[in-house]
Amino acid sequence: MNHNHIPLFHIARRKSLPWYRAWGIRAIAIIAALILDAVITTIVTGLNPFQVYGAIFRGSFGTARKFWVLLQNIAILLCVSIAVTPAYRMRFWNVGGEGQILVGALGCAITMILIGDKLPNAVLIPLLFVVSCISGAVWGVIPALFKAKWNTNETLFTLMMNYVATQLVAYFIIVFEVPKGAGQIGIINQSTEAGWLPMIGTNRYLLNIIIVALLTVAIFIYMRYSKHGYEISVVGESERTARYVGIKVGKVIIRTMALSGALCGLAGFLLVSGTNHTITTSIAGGRGFTAVMVAWLAKFNPFAMILTSFLIVFMERGAGEISTSFGLNPSYADIITGIILFFVIACEFFINYQLVFNRRDKKAAAAPTEKEAAK
Amino acid sequence: MEANTAKEPVVMMRHITKTFGNVVANEDAKLDIYRGEILAILGENGSGKTTLMNMLAGIYFPDSGQIFIDGKEVVIASPKDAFQYGIGMIHQHFKLVNVLSAAENVALGLKETGRFNIRKVAEKIRDLCSQYGFELDPYEKIYNMSVSQKQTVEIIKVLYRGADILILDEPTAVLTPQETEKLFNVLRAMRDDGKAIVIITHKMNEVEELSDRVAVLRKGTYVGDMLTKDTNAEEMSGMLVGHPVKLEITRPEPKDPKPRIEVKDLTVRNEEGFVKLDHVSFTANSGEILGIAGVSGNGQKELLEAIAGLQPTEKGTISYIHKDGSREELIGKDPLAIQKLGVSLSFVPEDRLGMGLVGSMDISENMMLRSYRKGNSLFLDQKSPHDLAANVVDELSVNTPNLETPVRRLSGGNVQKVLVGREISSAPTVLLTAYAVRGLDINSSYTIYDLINKQKEAGVAVIYVGEDLDVLLELSDRILVLCDGKVSGIVSGRDADKREVGLMMTRVGGGHPAGAKDKKTETAGTDPADHTAAEEGGKADES
Repeated sequence: MNHNHIPLFHIARRKSLPWYRAWGIRAIAIIAALILDAVITTIVTGLNPFQVYGAIFRGSFGTARKFWVLLQNIAILLCVSIAVTPAYRMRFWNVGGEGQILVGALGCAITMILIGDKLPNAVLIPLLFVVSCISGAVWGVIPALFKAKWNTNETLFTLMMNYVATQLVAYFIIVFEVPKGAGQIGIINQSTEAGWLPMIGTNRYLLNIIIVALLTVAIFIYMRYSKHGYEISVVGESERTARYVGIKVGKVIIRTMALSGALCGLAGFLLVSGTNHTITTSIAGGRGFTAVMVAWLAKFNPFAMILTSFLIVFMERGAGEISTSFGLNPSYADIITGIILFFVIACEFFINYQLVFNRRDKKAAAAPTEKEAAK
Repeated sequence: MEANTAKEPVVMMRHITKTFGNVVANEDAKLDIYRGEILAILGENGSGKTTLMNMLAGIYFPDSGQIFIDGKEVVIASPKDAFQYGIGMIHQHFKLVNVLSAAENVALGLKETGRFNIRKVAEKIRDLCSQYGFELDPYEKIYNMSVSQKQTVEIIKVLYRGADILILDEPTAVLTPQETEKLFNVLRAMRDDGKAIVIITHKMNEVEELSDRVAVLRKGTYVGDMLTKDTNAEEMSGMLVGHPVKLEITRPEPKDPKPRIEVKDLTVRNEEGFVKLDHVSFTANSGEILGIAGVSGNGQKELLEAIAGLQPTEKGTISYIHKDGSREELIGKDPLAIQKLGVSLSFVPEDRLGMGLVGSMDISENMMLRSYRKGNSLFLDQKSPHDLAANVVDELSVNTPNLETPVRRLSGGNVQKVLVGREISSAPTVLLTAYAVRGLDINSSYTIYDLINKQKEAGVAVIYVGEDLDVLLELSDRILVLCDGKVSGIVSGRDADKREVGLMMTRVGGGHPAGAKDKKTETAGTDPADHTAAEEGGKADES
């Protein structure tokens, strides 16, 4: 009988790693990705990769303004990522974040237009906040109701709600367009700034960032320490177990999607009242989908999402910078981002498993047992 | 079989060690397998039987150690290597393509030269069937097959590849007694043909009936082996547990039994509209164990779930009778509403990880399931569930690395201890259990019987749904026999006759068992998936 070759290595599950070693592996993965990116950049574009990296870095940290824009974009993306988290923990595949943001933004914009000059900001802004959250919540609860009552597929349902939301926004843009026939709303309340989130000191974005930071902590506590958060986890893991201990599954689904939708609506409020002061059909900018990736990459830990949303926004900003500095197509930054994401995701394998290299000198190892076997 | 020991073993495993992360599955294990012999491997849940065999079958690669086939050291790095040495394994969970026929499944992955000819494959399958006494239509689709037919396909699959060392992982867990008997005859025919057969099992009577030699594993290590005819169940149990055990179930006299649950005229239809319970009436008393016997799928699940408030009912009443004699109607109330009535009802469901526990959560978090609502705070009390978890782990000697291990990673017996531990911790007045010892090794089973008896002595009304008639007859004060959703009879556990109960299981009221056999085969196919889902669950995680 022929002897097989001992395989060079086999894969084995690791003993659980201390957190710093796990993060060490992740850091190595990012460095390896950057090295591969550098090699590809040199070969494909002929540019000095360090200059390209420099430009990407300048895209976020080049000037104080760029830095604040970076933080603002992280805040909005993080807000949406946190918004989808409770739903995903419940295994409710909400891909309707985009629509929920849009409807929240729409509620905010309409209120600003209609009663912006009738109320003082101290009343108007909390009102906008509430209207946005309620609008988003309604958009989130509709698919949840259908799921709870008739077990419809939430992925398709929430996805289709996105298109309805886009069309709703398009319709109201025509209703409120300024000037007539322009096909856009323009800056709302430009002269009075009614309903605009106030600046803190000289900084336009700081309030947005503070709101999202508080939200991050709140959702972390909600998911980890509250009874609601516990119910969400149980329903997500097994609806039968939930029923067995008397959790009303339909109620939890509706409640959680109301929360998820409301937080998406909050992101819409931050976009309209906090930064853009107008509404377009593309105001959500695909964040409803990007947020899903951010949340998954962070394994639904709100604090880890700060890092993952930073990574995504940083690369997005860098893409804009290298396209202006070097005349590279902005898609080139997508390639770089893609390689980094690939490495980040793949390194999880090395955190959970290890390659064990097998000894080649099997004769030495075999000898004593051959004897024993012969006995 | 003494001649065998003089023969050279066909397989020798030496110094085999395998770890999964922090879990040591096998440590310095050894094993010998001989041709023309049926070897039974015994061990408690999580003792590494399946892992050891998986390494022989090329599913896992050992961290260290050696495997010899016919005296030569070999390396088995994949199932393909294993087949090359004639080793084939039939796993607990079948690995078949549902939409293909038996012959297509057998041919799958074969690298035969020349044009593929399914008829030739079918021909060879028929030959194998007649040689060993299988019954199988090669052109039958898998999705049309019963569990036992699927198992036959798996066995044919390895025989077709020329395996002469067959490993079967708990082959009888999903079979009816008749199917088991058939399988045993086939295995004996293969042994007499000179093949080496290895079966992994928990059932002592099967070991005694079928095997020639028994090898015992404990905590991943080989303890010893002996010829089956020289040993007995008590000795084997003692060996696998590590200390002598008494295989005896006590049955204390019920103290002051009073009606606790009164079911009247209960009728239940399932979602498809079939009648699962048909005008069922009975009373369960406090301080008494009411055993429910019946072929699986005859309404046991619906009965327990109806009492627990999980099953919509069509007709009838279920009354809970308080100690002071006042009554509560349980029908139409969900588990939460029942709890709010002050009725302390505990339920150990059949599907432990799919219903009783949350697999990905740790022991403390699972303890919380019943109690997390307590108090008006919005936040969880994490301290008392943690204490309870520590208590359960300590008192029921749950084998776990720590309280933070997800219960899915625990072995079947330990999963069940966690579940039972939680359910009895709330000082219930009614305890419902469904197949409480299914998939558990003998030691864990007796721990569970003991716990149930203690509940009975504490005055709890216990309803125990079981499948092992011998145990039901030893444990229950009264036995209710279900057949086809009807109460076939209620007998006293002390003087019931096993044969009589068996007849009542297959025909309402007992009597002549016309068509009884057919009934069994038919219903046994209905719930194969739940069996042993938790068993060796930790290992399934890695595969």
